[in-house]
Amino acid sequence: MKRNIIDFWVGIFVVIGILCITFLSLKVANISSFGSNQNSSYTVYANFNNIGSLKTDAPIKVSGFTVGRVIAINLDPKTYQARVTMQIAKEYKFTTDSSAEILTTGLLGEQYVALQSGADIEDLKNGDTITITSSAMVLEQLIGKFMTGMSSK
Amino acid sequence: MKRLTQIIQQIGHPFSSFIMMLGELMRLLKYIISGLSYSLKRPQLIIKEIFFSGVLSLLIIAVSGWFVGMVLGLQGYNTLQRFGSVSVLGSLVALSLLRELGPVLTAILFAARAGSGMTAEIGLMKATEQLDAMSVMAVDPIKRVVVPKFISGIIAVPLLTALFDSCGILGGRFVGVTLLKLDQGTFWSQMQGSVGFHDDIVNGLLKALCFGVVVSLISVYQGLQAQATAEGVSAATTRTVVHSALAVLAMDFILTAFMF
Repeated sequence: MKRNIIDFWVGIFVVIGILCITFLSLKVANISSFGSNQNSSYTVYANFNNIGSLKTDAPIKVSGFTVGRVIAINLDPKTYQARVTMQIAKEYKFTTDSSAEILTTGLLGEQYVALQSGADIEDLKNGDTITITSSAMVLEQLIGKFMTGMSSK
Repeated sequence: MKRLTQIIQQIGHPFSSFIMMLGELMRLLKYIISGLSYSLKRPQLIIKEIFFSGVLSLLIIAVSGWFVGMVLGLQGYNTLQRFGSVSVLGSLVALSLLRELGPVLTAILFAARAGSGMTAEIGLMKATEQLDAMSVMAVDPIKRVVVPKFISGIIAVPLLTALFDSCGILGGRFVGVTLLKLDQGTFWSQMQGSVGFHDDIVNGLLKALCFGVVVSLISVYQGLQAQATAEGVSAATTRTVVHSALAVLAMDFILTAFMF
């Protein structure tokens, strides 16, 4: 009798522990976005002159809606441009003349890649590169432009 | 000249005894590992120990986690409000709990709640010569008494840490969303954006596992080392809590440097 009660409570203890780990993985780390990796997405590249403080895992947004994530950022050794590897969900197609730009959420928020679809007939395929890009805003350059603009007037 | 050697001895003694203690801990760990197979064949012993160290700690862990989460929520809100970025409150609460506060506080609470109990039980068994009686009956007291307690600690601490983290995050949500009227969607999505499964959750639970090993090892060691008197057992119990807390905090620094 006593033994059964102890077994029962230890069972409940283990179940509570496993439930908590599941809660942490599903609700807190949102692990379900891991599953939609290779099969349901495709990879495109974009070269930027300046990526600002863009980081891997940054969202890729179209009209503010997240369609994918940045999975890698490298430097192209020939052109000295930053090469951003983006993974986009399969159900969203973009034309080959789409443009990519790096924007910021809010004043001090995270940077993300904004995609704008073009008018071409063909769609971007796995491994394609987006050629029309505009770099991240750098505060010093903006101020610099502003200052030179002021002095020329 | 004699005084000088005395002074040098007084300085050196704590160091050499500390090194000796580390050596004895490792020797005990070796005995425990060699006794693992004996204990794993008798799960009833382990289940009984998990009941005392894990199940009876559920309430204190859940309540502490809840309050720690609420405090994090309040303090984080007050600080973040100055920068106008209260939206990241969710990730602040979740990251600080998963990476540091969850494993560390759970291990320290476990040492105080269950580790001291282990020490007292083993120490009292030693004082009343029950361990010697076992040896006489050809039952190895390490395998029969110490190893089940050790295993129960290793199993209980990571599970309790997961409970602490979950309760803390829910506590932070209670303060942030229910009391301070932040947006529920922002709270969760900011959290999900910054918490990684491997980086934060798995590493946090690995930390908890290491702390479980250390705290249980110190607890059973102090029990076996206790002098066979009432004062000896009481001193050993105190040492368990003090040494566990110090060891956990020091190890936390090393593990954090490696993991994050």
